Amino acid sequence: MNPFKERKEHLFTLKTMQRKGKQVKKVKKQEQISESLLVNCPKCTNSYSKATLSKLYYVCPNCGYHYKISAFRRIKLIADPESFVEMNRFLTGNNPLSFPGYREKLNVLQDETGLVESVITGTATIKKIKAVIAVLDSRFLMGSMGVAVGEKITRAVEYAAEEKLPLIIFSASGGARMQEGIFSLMQMAKTSAAIQRHGKKGLLYISVLTNPTTGGVTASFASLGDIILAEPGALIGFAGPRVIEQTIKQKLPEGFQSAEYLLEHGFIDKIVERKECRDILALILQLHEKRNEITC
Amino acid sequence: MLKELESKLKAIDQELEHMADNSHSPAQVLMRRQLERNRKELLEAIAKSLTPADRVYLARHPKRPGVRDYISYLFTDFLELKGDRGCKEDESILGGPAFYKGIPVTVIGQCKGRNLEENLKYNFGMPGPEGYRKVIRLARQAEKFDRPIITFIDTPGAYPGLEAEERGQGEAIAGCLSVLSDIRVPVIAIVIGEGGSGGALALGVANTIIMLENSIFSVLSPEGFASILWKDSSRSDEACELMKLTAGDLLDFGIIDYVIKEPPGGAHRDPGQVFQDVAILLEQEIRKLTAVGKEELTDARYKKYREMGKL
Ligand SMILES: [Zn+2]
Repeated sequence: MNPFKERKEHLFTLKTMQRKGKQVKKVKKQEQISESLLVNCPKCTNSYSKATLSKLYYVCPNCGYHYKISAFRRIKLIADPESFVEMNRFLTGNNPLSFPGYREKLNVLQDETGLVESVITGTATIKKIKAVIAVLDSRFLMGSMGVAVGEKITRAVEYAAEEKLPLIIFSASGGARMQEGIFSLMQMAKTSAAIQRHGKKGLLYISVLTNPTTGGVTASFASLGDIILAEPGALIGFAGPRVIEQTIKQKLPEGFQSAEYLLEHGFIDKIVERKECRDILALILQLHEKRNEITC
Repeated sequence: MLKELESKLKAIDQELEHMADNSHSPAQVLMRRQLERNRKELLEAIAKSLTPADRVYLARHPKRPGVRDYISYLFTDFLELKGDRGCKEDESILGGPAFYKGIPVTVIGQCKGRNLEENLKYNFGMPGPEGYRKVIRLARQAEKFDRPIITFIDTPGAYPGLEAEERGQGEAIAGCLSVLSDIRVPVIAIVIGEGGSGGALALGVANTIIMLENSIFSVLSPEGFASILWKDSSRSDEACELMKLTAGDLLDFGIIDYVIKEPPGGAHRDPGQVFQDVAILLEQEIRKLTAVGKEELTDARYKKYREMGKL
């Protein structure tokens, strides 16, 4: 059971992009192997090949479980082909607390995931409408928000405000990045303030919550969308379920903090299956384009 | 270390108290003087030797002055306003208008109790979403009536409970952050005790951030930090060192603007002195910030957070 095996594939595709040349052959071999690998569904334990899952948007055909997917794959699923232009790709943070082993950990993750940090930002078109897009990737330190993540998101939001573009953020995060301490906490204020400014210009922000979205990310930009969507079954909350259970000293009910639960309690607008996501996003973008003439 | 010195101090205090009634003979007067000298030395030793873990202990000290003490010393005619207008009254957030030296201001703070009964009432200083929505309501009200906002931060964090989640703890905190970020009046935040995670930051988006010397401000409680990183909450002292959560650390980082010195042994040993120092700084900041244009005020606040952890 490992829904994250796809990361290897990405590592190699990325390295190919970065270095080209020698690596390519190795990549192909690796891809073939991983494509034929069987992956067990964490919910119903049926198993499928990667190739099958990739055709099915990484959603279990039996029970509808939405696998965690990489930020790259996410963008591929929603953006017009070849339209994504990454911004601030190589922006990295420091080690502001001189936290032992942190730099090394980042280096290892960078090699393993092909990501520089836990968020990718850029512009893309969705059915020809241009938007600024940020996607968090839970493979990289749980998609946690340190200074670099806060900075990349803020720059993306500020760019959207300057260029008068709509903004879409896909969240998948365990919250603040502990290793960056108070600096990490302050990114909540920074990103929220940027989104407030973007919104004051009359611009649209769509927040899409994917599994899991918790902690400081839930308590900042992820909850500030004009429209908030979520993937089926995603865990969404401020405090983690274990912390809550320890505090209230009782078991939490089935489905607590799921996307469906949040919908019922009025905190999200719509649950969107992955295969519909591109269409829904396009529709929302269209509904928010300025049009003054009645056309039919 | 601190706890050891504190217990010695307590012993001296008890002895002094015991002597109070019948201490007229010269020998007793001498002994009394000696004890008082020892007491002073001990306090100075405490002040000098504080580790970050000691400061965490002092920040959480049950006798430490809380928001109600500051309000009664610093402001006149405080009018407590209640409720989030949606669900219920959250007693862990205290707020309303008051006069500061004749100027109407809005005061908002987190309340902790001094005993079990009070703590149950104030939920140990851990607000729920209704508390944060009350903050938003009071902040908007302050903006409408052009009153500076002064917040007092003292919380272990937002309450991690079932109902709190059900009613959108994350959304409520996010709301505080975005509302305070562009509110068109001066905002001054003072960390008086514990500044724990997003639940503290919700009151901490300000033009000026002040911390008391032995208060703390951190991404999570040291216990939570140790439990997440090492799966062992008993390593919290180690976490205290690593986290750099003291007022001095945060001043060095450029995250906060001022540190107010505390009397030896912590704010509870001489609250009057602390209130006085807070009053002086508050006056200075209110004067400074009310002279600034509204646009400039919100821009300055935006820039302040924009540059935290600059790359
Ligand atoms: Zn399944």
